[in-house]
Amino acid sequence: MKKLLMTGAAILGLATAAFAGNDREIVVMSWGGAYTKSQVEAYGKPFTEKTGIKVIWVDADNPATPIKAQVEAGNVSVDVADVERSDAVRLCDEGLLEELPINELPPAPDGTPAKDDFIGDSLTECAVPNIVWSTVVAYDTTKFKEAPKSIADFFDLEKFPGKRGLRKSAKANLEMALMADGVPADKVYEVLSTPEGVDRAFRKLDTIKDQIVWWEAGAQPPQLLADGEVSMTTAYNGRIFNAMVAENKPFAILWDGQIMDFDMFVMPKGAPHKADAWEFIKFATDTQRLADQAKYISYGPARKSSAPLVGKYKDGKTDMQPHMPTAPENLKNALVNDFEFWADHDTELNERFNAWLAQ
Amino acid sequence: MSQVPADPHAAVVATAGGVEDGPILTVDGQPLDEALARAGRRARWRAFLLVMPLLVFVIITFITPIGQMLHRAIYNPTFSQNMPRISAWLKAHPDEPPTEEAYALLIEDLKEARKNKTIGAVATRINYDVPGTRSLFTSTARKAKRLKPPYMEAMLKVNRKWGDPRIWTAMRQAAHAYTIDFLLNALDFTRDAKGDIVRVDPERQIYGKLFLRTLVLSLVITGLTLVLGFPIAHLLASLPLKYSNLLMIFVLLPFWTSLLVRTTSWIVLLQTNGVINDILVWLGLIREDQRLQMIFNQTGTVIAMTHILLPFMVLPLYSVMRTIDPSYVRAARSLGATSWTAFRRIYLPQTVPGIGAGALLVFILAVGYYITPALVGGSSGQLISNMIAFHMQKSLNWSLAAALASLLLGGVLILYWLYDKLVGIDNLKLG
Amino acid sequence: MALPPYASPLERLWHRVYLVICAAIFLFLIAPILIIIPLSFNAEPYFTFTDKMLSLDPAGFSLRWYKTLLTFGMINPDNPDTWAWWRDVWENAKWVQAAKNSIIIGVFATLLATVLGTVAALGLSRPEMPYRRLIMAVLISPMIVPIIIVATGLFFFYSMTGLAGSYLGIILAHATLGIPFVIITVTATLVGFDHSLTRAAASLGASPTTTFFKVQMPLIMPGVISGALFAFVTSFDEVVVVLFVAAYDQQTIPRQMWNGIREQISPAILAVATILVAISILLLTTIELLRRRNERLRGIQG
Repeated sequence: MKKLLMTGAAILGLATAAFAGNDREIVVMSWGGAYTKSQVEAYGKPFTEKTGIKVIWVDADNPATPIKAQVEAGNVSVDVADVERSDAVRLCDEGLLEELPINELPPAPDGTPAKDDFIGDSLTECAVPNIVWSTVVAYDTTKFKEAPKSIADFFDLEKFPGKRGLRKSAKANLEMALMADGVPADKVYEVLSTPEGVDRAFRKLDTIKDQIVWWEAGAQPPQLLADGEVSMTTAYNGRIFNAMVAENKPFAILWDGQIMDFDMFVMPKGAPHKADAWEFIKFATDTQRLADQAKYISYGPARKSSAPLVGKYKDGKTDMQPHMPTAPENLKNALVNDFEFWADHDTELNERFNAWLAQ
Repeated sequence: MSQVPADPHAAVVATAGGVEDGPILTVDGQPLDEALARAGRRARWRAFLLVMPLLVFVIITFITPIGQMLHRAIYNPTFSQNMPRISAWLKAHPDEPPTEEAYALLIEDLKEARKNKTIGAVATRINYDVPGTRSLFTSTARKAKRLKPPYMEAMLKVNRKWGDPRIWTAMRQAAHAYTIDFLLNALDFTRDAKGDIVRVDPERQIYGKLFLRTLVLSLVITGLTLVLGFPIAHLLASLPLKYSNLLMIFVLLPFWTSLLVRTTSWIVLLQTNGVINDILVWLGLIREDQRLQMIFNQTGTVIAMTHILLPFMVLPLYSVMRTIDPSYVRAARSLGATSWTAFRRIYLPQTVPGIGAGALLVFILAVGYYITPALVGGSSGQLISNMIAFHMQKSLNWSLAAALASLLLGGVLILYWLYDKLVGIDNLKLG
Repeated sequence: MALPPYASPLERLWHRVYLVICAAIFLFLIAPILIIIPLSFNAEPYFTFTDKMLSLDPAGFSLRWYKTLLTFGMINPDNPDTWAWWRDVWENAKWVQAAKNSIIIGVFATLLATVLGTVAALGLSRPEMPYRRLIMAVLISPMIVPIIIVATGLFFFYSMTGLAGSYLGIILAHATLGIPFVIITVTATLVGFDHSLTRAAASLGASPTTTFFKVQMPLIMPGVISGALFAFVTSFDEVVVVLFVAAYDQQTIPRQMWNGIREQISPAILAVATILVAISILLLTTIELLRRRNERLRGIQG
């Protein structure tokens, strides 16, 4: 017995020695897959090199949900999270985020203060924007003789047969359904604010409901396409770019009806390493770093001053510009996500969506 | 009956005569029965002391957390804590429609909740009861500072919904921290404008269906494991031990293999471009474009869970069948019974305890299954556990998750009690 | 199972059919576990047998997915320095970190469950134990209560007590889940235990401690070990509690697999699965040997 106890104590000692590293480190929660990889390269590695602070990257389907759960339960382990704009606004309203001293953010190289450098007035007291991304329709080019042209084709099972992948949430799906049903992009949120508009969107989704494969994590749609589980799917544009360029998959993006949004860095209330986390946010959202990020994945930098610095993909030959959601030819029929609408209606519409799903 | 002696032994000794009065004594001069009782007590204590550390451990790490969760199903102080003034008014005036005073207090509370950044939580709480009201609270709170008396009029001008009796009923309910509303929700019931309990709208009834689906799928899986488990348990029981121990590996290896590994295997086998579809196409049974959808739906859940739970059926069946004396069946045959009759009338009745034990165990485990349906169930193969996880991790309606969990727990505990009555926990065997 | 000589031709036919049915069920049980083994050596990133694999062409097979297990998460997988390369694997490779966590959590949870469970089983198997049935039912319940309910309860409880995201929290939870197995296996070995042995030892002057270690312990050891193995496997395979209460950087093997399965099943997952199957074969063999030893000790003839 004594021997057993001694062994136990020895193992315990080893275990604590192995885990009690007192290096400075922060935990950053992002969306996983190719996107997190780009952030590791563009922000994480240079940050650790410069400051010696280790960055631990963790994945979530949508980081807004777990950090809300953590703050409400009172055990916050994440220091920085990457969330959508509407979620950033909502979480900030609910007092779940730390307020940031945003005047400390570095100005653009030409001296423009940070506040004016971020696109579309997107910088807030709780959140610092990093990228512009979009939800698009992607398809397997080998599956169709004729390429789909418009968002309506996504709902056309006769002309474009095969299963459809959709994100398991109300956001983006309802807007796309309305656009496919003939609502012009600039009227989408107006229509969606009425109960009839919501019904109309769900009716449109009903037409393909039994052909839908639902996805939750951003890494899933390219995989669903690659496995042949679906012939067309909604996806985050950068993931499809990654599959097309880095993995040479025969995919293509249908830019018609794309829905643009911001991703932002936020700090959950009660984050364990506030000072280091703020250092990280300041570093990662400066002009150069945001431009670097676009070297690894086709998301647009959120600073105006970063745009001229965006060049080629890391392979050195693919020009990034035409793959960006903001490229003029991709903007012909594009919708900008109305973050105020979603901050207010996210709970209600998702509730309706889940009831619809369960039927 | 008036003269019952205090000590029955004393009575025996006394009536037997011969011995001096008084009870039998031990060597050290104490009454024997007392010494025995004390020794018994001490032995009971010693046994209990051995069990106690574990019991305390389990109470702390298991019973307390679950108890706390059950409490959450009926206790939600979000509204009463963050909106104290209107909560007090609503409690003081249980049957009164909202007055000017009530609106004034409500505005005070809204202003403060906005300042404290608790308005989101408050709005979410009411939104559980009256879907579609979250934005009503947040947007009104934003404007509350600018509102001037008369407040009732001002509020109704901001949004007509403030006159809706359903919202006031919801606030009246939420003003009490203790509530059965989440349990009602978990059963697809809600309260109407008058506060009476009614069914929710048909398009929002999901939990009843889900409980039903969980029950039906669990029954189907239990049935399938019985159909598949019975023949092989019978074969294993009738073979000599030398062979049956070898064949037992087929049952025990899956039992010992990681659940996630087995689930992964089923994905590999059943997916559209998986092994089974490939074989079917190769055999020419189906065309390339007719590949079967066998996973990410109910079929996937049923197949994978049947496979995973099959050992739990085979093992109890086997241990019962081993004890059945083959000479009974032989005797029946020699008396002229056909093999079918002998099986049906003689063998089958003797396996009933095994069938009962296996079926109950499989059913209990199936009802609460989470991992496999989550990975292979798509949206039609989800069970009630998955809905609990959804409310815990996605919608963050923890009170509703706790309410659903308490209902599930209640059901499982009844089954467990039944299992203990019919089979006995002591007879639970592993491998 | 031989057919009796008086069996009719119809019965003989049925017997054949019955054996075929049994074979099919055994196939259903074992095939899913075996199918992943060859697929984990696939040279292509698919989950189906390629033509090259079917024709047993060596070019169709490769160890690349096993190598991925080491390189995934490494800072510099192309480091030519062997020593630095392995150091990098040990410190940064995701699957290696997950394995370390799983083993540490599993070992401590098993120790805790086995010690507490064995002692309690000794008490429970005494005839004079009060409220035996009720207490037994409580101690076995972690096996019966749906895991999602346990995880939900622990999430609230650990958030309140500050155990969330700690190794201690997961170890305590996993120990609780392993306890029923230890209780069941140890009480099973104690069922046939002859209490006159301990009395004999006591009458010969042995102290209770000596009696326990010299007489009881060797006899119940097989039960203790198989209970411990069950507890370890339970912890090693547990993902739901970890998903609910562990910190995000506390990866374990099942959690890593869970993430992998949800997002994309690369054949790397099949490589892990193959390793896990090999481990379960090892465990199964150990249990079987123990069972035989136990039967020999107790003089039960098979």
